[in-house]
Amino acid sequence: MSTTQLGAGPGTDAAVRLESVSKTYGHGRNALLALDQVSLDVRPGEFVCILGASGCGKSTLLSLVAGLDRPSTGQISTYDHKVAMMFQDPALFPWLTVAANVELAFRADGVAKAERRARAAEFLELVHLGGFGRKRPHELSGGMRQRVALARALAQSSSSSEGSAVLLMDEPFGALDAMTRDLLHDELERIWRERSLSVLFVTHNVREAVRLGDRVVLLSSRPGRVAEEFPVELERPRRTDSAEVATLAAKITDRLKEEVARHGR
Amino acid sequence: MAVDTQHAERIAGLDALELGGERRAGLAARLWARLWPMLTAVVLVLVAWQLVVMSGRWPEYVFAGPVETFQAMWERFGEADFYRAVATTMRRAFTGFALAVLVGLVIGAAVSRVKVLRAAFGALITGLQTMPSIAWFPFAILLFGLTESAITFVVILGAAPSIANGLITGVDYTPPLLLRAGHVLGFRRLSLYRHVILPASLPSFLAGLKQGWAFAWRSLMAGELMVIIAYQSSLGEQLAYAREVSDSPGLIGTMIVILSIGIVIDLLFEAADGMLRRRWGLDQR
Ligand SMILES: Nc1ncnc2c1ncn2[C@@H]1O[C@H](COP(=O)(O)OP(=O)(O)O)[C@@H](O)[C@H]1O
Ligand SMILES: [Mg+2]
Repeated sequence: MSTTQLGAGPGTDAAVRLESVSKTYGHGRNALLALDQVSLDVRPGEFVCILGASGCGKSTLLSLVAGLDRPSTGQISTYDHKVAMMFQDPALFPWLTVAANVELAFRADGVAKAERRARAAEFLELVHLGGFGRKRPHELSGGMRQRVALARALAQSSSSSEGSAVLLMDEPFGALDAMTRDLLHDELERIWRERSLSVLFVTHNVREAVRLGDRVVLLSSRPGRVAEEFPVELERPRRTDSAEVATLAAKITDRLKEEVARHGR
Repeated sequence: MAVDTQHAERIAGLDALELGGERRAGLAARLWARLWPMLTAVVLVLVAWQLVVMSGRWPEYVFAGPVETFQAMWERFGEADFYRAVATTMRRAFTGFALAVLVGLVIGAAVSRVKVLRAAFGALITGLQTMPSIAWFPFAILLFGLTESAITFVVILGAAPSIANGLITGVDYTPPLLLRAGHVLGFRRLSLYRHVILPASLPSFLAGLKQGWAFAWRSLMAGELMVIIAYQSSLGEQLAYAREVSDSPGLIGTMIVILSIGIVIDLLFEAADGMLRRRWGLDQR
């Protein structure tokens, strides 16, 4: 037992493990192989970015890890970690206030009401929305709503012990303008380090992947396969517009173009 | 630390820019904006009414003019019998509607949850909505005689399908993204119902309630005309009585009362709907 790393599954050093995972949608002639034999580990506390063209199966992959869908073949293990997820849309419940939306994260665990409220306030504070708890989601801007969604996801992952929560993010900042996105990158990075989360972050934006990831996993399209992995050994905090990020992003973009070009042939 | 504060400030600055100022017209202005089209419509109707009466197509004792009618109505407003009639009708309307809500909820919940029931009854419920409620009365009278139960029975049959359908539609059209979000948050089956599906179906359910009320009100009027219970004055009964004694101002006056009650309650539903939409941010009005 003493060799088991903090938050990792028994006998492994992974927080999430995908073993030859395939996913087929539909049947017979209409069958579509969305993911083909994907194997991937996320280490505890690691920030992994999944990069790929549109329609290559990124969302499918996250849905499988979140348990929203089942793989056709292969194994996915999350080792009893709390799995929280953030979607491209905030997916907030319009009938609840901002604070109640965040509180809902504790609901399924049966946390008492007073504690739910206090902890929700704490997480809103974390994303700099402390004063907006009583607002309705539609009263906030897109970027603020996405921060509420972030607070909710973080709240959900907080009920497990340090370093053992998994946060899945499906192009969470895709619809935001560049300045807001930059600020949220800083936020996310700060919170990820403070709470030692294991993050699986999906994007089609190469720079975003390099800005955030410890590792960038490039998926090929149709079917989705792991094409190549790029470790990112740049010092943090990074800037999206720094030369180092740009250089690595260019290299990865070239590789991505190769992948896309295969389909033109 | 300094960097952190700066960061928080920058975020707060962006938030303030994005939210901008909120403006909403004052209560009086909003009320007036709603009121003047209605007043215009009323005036136009009164003018047209007076013109038809003046054309002389019908004698005045058959088709009374607005002045006579409102005089007769004013007198009626002074009589206790009028209020008894309104009270009886409203009591029937509310009990019938309340029972219809209950029946509609139970049926709607069952049909939206159970696949087999859905297949069996989904189309039937929609079909029932197209059935004119007056067609139920011979059957209802056969079952219950000339009693209030016969009226209530038909009011329920008239309103419940719309209410059930509202709920079913709401459940069916729960945004898949919210379902996924609920699932990720750990809600399953009943808790998913309670925290996601039922709240999400509220606007559609409210629309069903509103439609159900309209059907209930129509069924009730048909019922009060067909099932006249001795010694029990009601709006429908007064309508029938006014026709029998050729009391044209009384007849038209009662019709105006029936119309007004219908409009007032419809406005209440609309207000509830408007409040919901504002709170949820469903429209950009
Ligand atoms: N529920 C589904 N049924 C059928 N096909 C699907 C479904 N979800 C996704 N797909 C298909 O699987 C492929 C991968 O989709 P997705 O995972 O959403 O890609 P990405 O998120 O990378 O854009 C696409 O070709 C898409 O059309
Ligand atoms: Mg996607």
